[in-house]
Amino acid sequence: MTNIVVLVKQVPDTYSERKLAAGDNTLDREAADAVLDEINERAIEEALVIKEANEGEVTVVCVGPDRANDAIRKALSMGADKAVHVSDEALHGADILQTSKVLAKAVGTVEGVDLIIAGNEASDGRGGAVPAVLAELLGLPQLTHARKVTVEGGTVKVERETADEGITHLEASLPALISVNEKINEPRYPSFKGIMAAKKKPVEKLTAADLGLDGEVGLANAASTVLESAPKPPREAGQRVDDEGDGGVKVAEYLASQKLI
Amino acid sequence: MIDFRLDEEYEALRKTVEDFARSEVAPVIGEFYERAEFPYQLVAKMGQMGLFGLPFPESVGGMGGDYFALCLALEELARVDSSVAITLEAGVSLGAMPLYRFGNEEQRQRWLPRLCSGAGLGAFGLTEPGGGSDAGATRTTAKIVDGEWVINGSKAFITNSGTEITELVTVTAVTGEKPNGHKEISAIIVPAGTPGFTVAPKYSKVGWNASDTRELAFADCRVPAENLLGERGRGYAQFLSILDEGRVAIAAVSVGLAQGCIDECLRYVGERETFGNKIGSYQAIQFKIADMEARTHTARLAYYQAAAKMLRGEPFKKEAAIAKLVASNAAMDNSREATQIFGGYGFMNEFPVGRFYRDAKILEVGEGTSEVQRMLISRELGVGA
Ligand SMILES: Cc1cc2nc3c(=O)[nH]c(=O)nc-3n(C[C@H](O)[C@H](O)[C@H](O)COP(=O)(O)OP(=O)(O)OC[C@H]3O[C@@H](n4cnc5c(N)ncnc54)[C@H](O)[C@@H]3O)c2cc1C
Repeated sequence: MTNIVVLVKQVPDTYSERKLAAGDNTLDREAADAVLDEINERAIEEALVIKEANEGEVTVVCVGPDRANDAIRKALSMGADKAVHVSDEALHGADILQTSKVLAKAVGTVEGVDLIIAGNEASDGRGGAVPAVLAELLGLPQLTHARKVTVEGGTVKVERETADEGITHLEASLPALISVNEKINEPRYPSFKGIMAAKKKPVEKLTAADLGLDGEVGLANAASTVLESAPKPPREAGQRVDDEGDGGVKVAEYLASQKLI
Repeated sequence: MIDFRLDEEYEALRKTVEDFARSEVAPVIGEFYERAEFPYQLVAKMGQMGLFGLPFPESVGGMGGDYFALCLALEELARVDSSVAITLEAGVSLGAMPLYRFGNEEQRQRWLPRLCSGAGLGAFGLTEPGGGSDAGATRTTAKIVDGEWVINGSKAFITNSGTEITELVTVTAVTGEKPNGHKEISAIIVPAGTPGFTVAPKYSKVGWNASDTRELAFADCRVPAENLLGERGRGYAQFLSILDEGRVAIAAVSVGLAQGCIDECLRYVGERETFGNKIGSYQAIQFKIADMEARTHTARLAYYQAAAKMLRGEPFKKEAAIAKLVASNAAMDNSREATQIFGGYGFMNEFPVGRFYRDAKILEVGEGTSEVQRMLISRELGVGA
């Protein structure tokens, strides 16, 4: 029996143009199609695989505006059992620390949690700190950047992979928190049966006040503020190398000049 | 009042298949098409998603959806590629549906769970080398000898009939003569690999190159008497009803292709420049795209409405014929305009619109030609009766 909480976030579709809102430099959620973040689909898939092997229950926890309900429905149609959705206008502009606090409280409403699974970083903010902050707040061991996860009895083992350190092996006793990277698995697509079943699964809606966080959260209380933003400059034309017998050398020289080799 | 908004679960399904087509099909299908190779891995993934079981109840391994859900999935697949769409269409509406509609409980339980899961494919053999539109002209025969059907004859252009995962072909055959002198036509299930049943090599086709189409030959092919599907002598009526439904599905495939042409053009006209301007700034191009959109929109409404009547259990023969007629027209016209908008690149196989152009033609022919649709529509209106 493994009771699992998966953190899910709705993000702008990476296929559409993403931008910040003109007024307060927060994410312009209206500008792009909103989808369940792909890394969260992988987190859900991992939870479902663990559940299918060990039994248990998968609860998704989401902090986000009302329309994040679509992302929650997708998670439920993939096979998660129930959801907790924290939605509150007061949370607009919440930073990483606040979001983690809200998540900690929301996870606290779920009983008997053995394992929390998150994506290693969301595709919109790309802060990548929430899993670690949340683990600290909850006093749980954190096994982040997992590309492989095994749960056996009361232990979780993880192959952690980062660009700097390569692969390391971590192990912790449950309860624990893990975050997964893109290599962890290929998420399943929801079936129509799953979509129909999701309609009947419970989604508990909570506000900041319900979690006792009234007045502590939101843009006004954020520890970081975005002062300015600019669109990324258009791509410059590349440098062309004509191969007159010395093409390889020229390419190598170019790469060396860019300190790439 | 009338409302064509999709219910929440239909929209979720549509989005799921849209995502699948964009992420899994689009990146790889061009190469399968080029090599005229059947995309087994994609079909397996479609099976895992439950697409082959969409309109069937869970009691036979299905997803508990309906025919409209199937149509939505077909439209989204065909937006990206018609070969995979037709593999699903033929697998479900021609392969599995006759077994579900006309099979007895034993036949359903024997065949449907595997067909619904996509692990196996079914095919439907009606057309013969000598003719398709006049399906009553069937020459293939089946006679009972020692408690077995002995089948002789041939079938032409049969989709899904020769893949490694094909499990059966339901064929129509003349099984006798009716009291009024007409042919008695029945449908018989022939499992793949039955001695006397041979499948010819793949045709070289103009389009649908990543789908499987074969000619079939039956030489003293013997199957058990209980492989009769439905009532003896009802074969003709049975496939007419299967084809009515299939037309709505082909309309959905056609709308998908027509929409795919628009998707591609919207991207391209914002990038391609001539005479110092994006080609999308020219009215000649804008009007082409406006016409493409108008055709696609009306064709979509036509198939939605035909499907709605079908699901309500009302007669929908005329609506299905209209949907297929206008949608296949839209697909053909849009693919011609799209290749024109792409200029020389439209003639290159590396761009999807060239593939759409090649794939569109068959939509005016398969599951009843446009002439046949017009015959059905005018007959429903009582013209010439
Ligand atoms: C890729 C592909 C896949 C196919 N898959 C299948 C399958 O899975 N199962 C299956 O059974 N069949 C399948 N078919 C066959 C298809 O359904 C037939 O090709 C179609 O019904 C037309 O039949 P035909 O080719 O014999 O044309 P014909 O019937 O010979 O018609 C020739 C022309 O005459 C016109 N015509 C015929 N009669 C009349 C009339 N009375 N008045 C005016 N015009 C008329 C037709 O519209 C057509 O333009 C497939 C075909 C293709 C190309």
